[in-house]
Amino acid sequence: MPIKVLMPALSPTMEEGNLAKWVKKEGDKIEIGDVIAEIETDKATMEVESVDEGTLGKIVVAEGAQGVKVNELIALILEEGEDASALDSVSSDAAPAPAAEAPAAPASVPAEPKSAAPVTVPDVEDEPEIPAGTPMKTQTVREALRDGMAEEMRRDDDVFLIGEEVAQYQGAYKISQGMLEEFGERRVIDTPITEHGFTGLAAGAAMAGLRPIVEFMTFNFAMQAIDHIINSSAKTLYMSGGQIHNPIVFRGPNGAAARVAAQHSQDYTAWYSQIPGLIVVHPYTASDYKGLIKSAIRTNNPVVFLENEILYGHSFDVPDVEDFTVPLGKARIARKGSDVTIVSFGMGMQHSLHAAEELAKEGIEAEVIDLRTIRPLDTETIIRSVIKTGRCVVVEEGWPQASTASEVAFRVMDQAFDYLDAPVARVCGKDVPMPYASNLEKLALPNVAEVIAAVKAVTYTA
Amino acid sequence: MAASASGTAKKAAKGTSRAQVNRTIVEFDKDQELHAYREMLLIRRFEEKAGQLYGMGMIGGFCHLYIGQEAVVVGMQMAAKEGDQVVTSYRDHGHMLACDMDPKGVMAELTGRKDGYSKGKGGSMHMFSREKNFFGGHGIVGAQVSIGTGLAFANKYRGNDNVSFIYMGDGASNQGQVYESFNMAKLWNLPAIYVIENNKYGMGTSVERSSSNTDLSQRGISFGIPGEQVDGMDVRAVMAAAERAIEWAREGKGPYILEMITYRYRGHSMSDPAKYRSKEEVQKMRNEHDPIEQVRQRLIDGGLASEDELKAIDKDIRAIVSDSADFAQTNPEPDESELWTDIYMPL
Repeated sequence: MPIKVLMPALSPTMEEGNLAKWVKKEGDKIEIGDVIAEIETDKATMEVESVDEGTLGKIVVAEGAQGVKVNELIALILEEGEDASALDSVSSDAAPAPAAEAPAAPASVPAEPKSAAPVTVPDVEDEPEIPAGTPMKTQTVREALRDGMAEEMRRDDDVFLIGEEVAQYQGAYKISQGMLEEFGERRVIDTPITEHGFTGLAAGAAMAGLRPIVEFMTFNFAMQAIDHIINSSAKTLYMSGGQIHNPIVFRGPNGAAARVAAQHSQDYTAWYSQIPGLIVVHPYTASDYKGLIKSAIRTNNPVVFLENEILYGHSFDVPDVEDFTVPLGKARIARKGSDVTIVSFGMGMQHSLHAAEELAKEGIEAEVIDLRTIRPLDTETIIRSVIKTGRCVVVEEGWPQASTASEVAFRVMDQAFDYLDAPVARVCGKDVPMPYASNLEKLALPNVAEVIAAVKAVTYTA
Repeated sequence: MAASASGTAKKAAKGTSRAQVNRTIVEFDKDQELHAYREMLLIRRFEEKAGQLYGMGMIGGFCHLYIGQEAVVVGMQMAAKEGDQVVTSYRDHGHMLACDMDPKGVMAELTGRKDGYSKGKGGSMHMFSREKNFFGGHGIVGAQVSIGTGLAFANKYRGNDNVSFIYMGDGASNQGQVYESFNMAKLWNLPAIYVIENNKYGMGTSVERSSSNTDLSQRGISFGIPGEQVDGMDVRAVMAAAERAIEWAREGKGPYILEMITYRYRGHSMSDPAKYRSKEEVQKMRNEHDPIEQVRQRLIDGGLASEDELKAIDKDIRAIVSDSADFAQTNPEPDESELWTDIYMPL
């Protein structure tokens, strides 16, 4: 049987083209790779190379033909030993349509996996995460983070810390104090100032099975490396069909510190939380910093672990037990209350808890939820609380548009609409680059008074 | 600025003369010649078939063919040992076949089917095989260079004596992260072999129009990384260069740069009409420097194989490619449930 030459598609969108020229004539010998024709599309003129060898037996579509459909028969090639009589055996019908037809009406695929029916059991008491009577010690966030990392490095030789000034300098914010001494320069690695490069290097090391902790001096500098966080780490498990997992932690201070202005004061929580494949964590207490950094190092997923520079020096009670971990993806009820649900994370928790204390003096009992993990978002804990309180305020330092608050507000509307007694309110950073002047910076950030005002608005007590 | 005028002046000043190209070869025995012939022919025929399936609408999106450059990856792999890793950009089909990945799995990925290497979820530019130490398949130009440097880092961290082959094109060699990687690779003496496949064009822009110094082998010089230009159309010269670089890296001396002077016959991708170069230029490379034809001639001239024996190999290769194409067209598309898998490992 002669070989059918079909009108090729030469771009992802081509549906038809013009047969500009036949480079070979009937009767010409054809080798694999020979240009046999030229085809014009709306974009360009392209050469058609033969993928078969033989003799050009018959030109079916003449030179100059316009609007030839992709996959239409344009010529026949005779194989070795065939003569022209073989051409008669080929019907002039269009060639068999390719198998890759669009599937019949695409089955409806939900935009995202729906959680099961709305949660309707508001008053289940969770087991406390830290059992009563657990011995505690007071630690700063800085110490807790260091202890968490060090414990994991003692446990697993594949874990290493890499970043600018993490070793000899002991960390730009002294998070890695003492780690070089304990683990040596093989595992605590000072890099050149080269975020794009060292993040890609760490992403590659993780693909090879190591478990890097990448410290960014601040997350503002991670913008130079964001391609590796998203394209190289977050998407690779999917793109490899599950073959290559990426156990890597990207950590460092995030958000506003104090008076460092626009390029050094940005909250990236919402940015990273948009990415499927990433886990995004932003703890508030020292205990959560410790327990979550350990879980972040242990998971086989890439984790963006956001910290807050101001909190580094704050002290909290931390369980004084061996191997204390906090699960990823689980929010914490930081304060119980019945009148309003305040949802926050990171530095926003400080404003929220202070506001809750003030509100209590006026008889308004706020339930304060510390998200801790922003992706995957613990929707269930939020919804259970909102079903109880009927009101919700979200507090974060990041910008309002497409924020964590927007997402929480949507989920509350989506899953607890009938329980709401007021629209969800939010207190976000102002929609401006961070100013330097002390008074302007204060105005740009959320504060306790704004949280109180929002709660009063949703409880109609203003 | 008049590009053409300054281009000529620059060229004269820089003088990347072909005399610098290292043409030292490994003398191949019969088995090596036949191995190289088979491997290169497999890539050539596979890519031709991929081009054909693309033309039929069976392969979607972008599709970058390796035709013309076969000697580079085949020569490199002939010098590699078990456990050495490979990472490259999106012109990756040849690298996967040279890493001994199954042509059926590669072709089925190109057609987006369930038994493709990435279950149909990666496509031409994103394929991996942990088993064969092939780490992608990366669609962002230059990203694979930092990632590959990390693979080399892992070898050193673990204290094994494996090396990493990190492929990039002449276009990628101008990306900033390439130099960030060179710096760290030399600073820490990582066993990284950077293979710059200089096929003369980054998409439609020639090396002369994109690079202030067109001798890409010298791009590591300010970091103290040795480099050389190699005749990338002669598989024996590629293997000889690979052996030099591998010995250097395995001895702990750090990274090495090999600039392979090569050529792609096809456009940058399937939808590139390649108007930036003349037909004569392409034809001359095909006629005078084709990597497969060179081996074929040596096999015949040296009396190492008869025309009939080579025909039998051709037939065998065509059968493998034909099987892979059949498989890729009949294998089902991934189940719709696969949309939601492989996003996270268990928390």
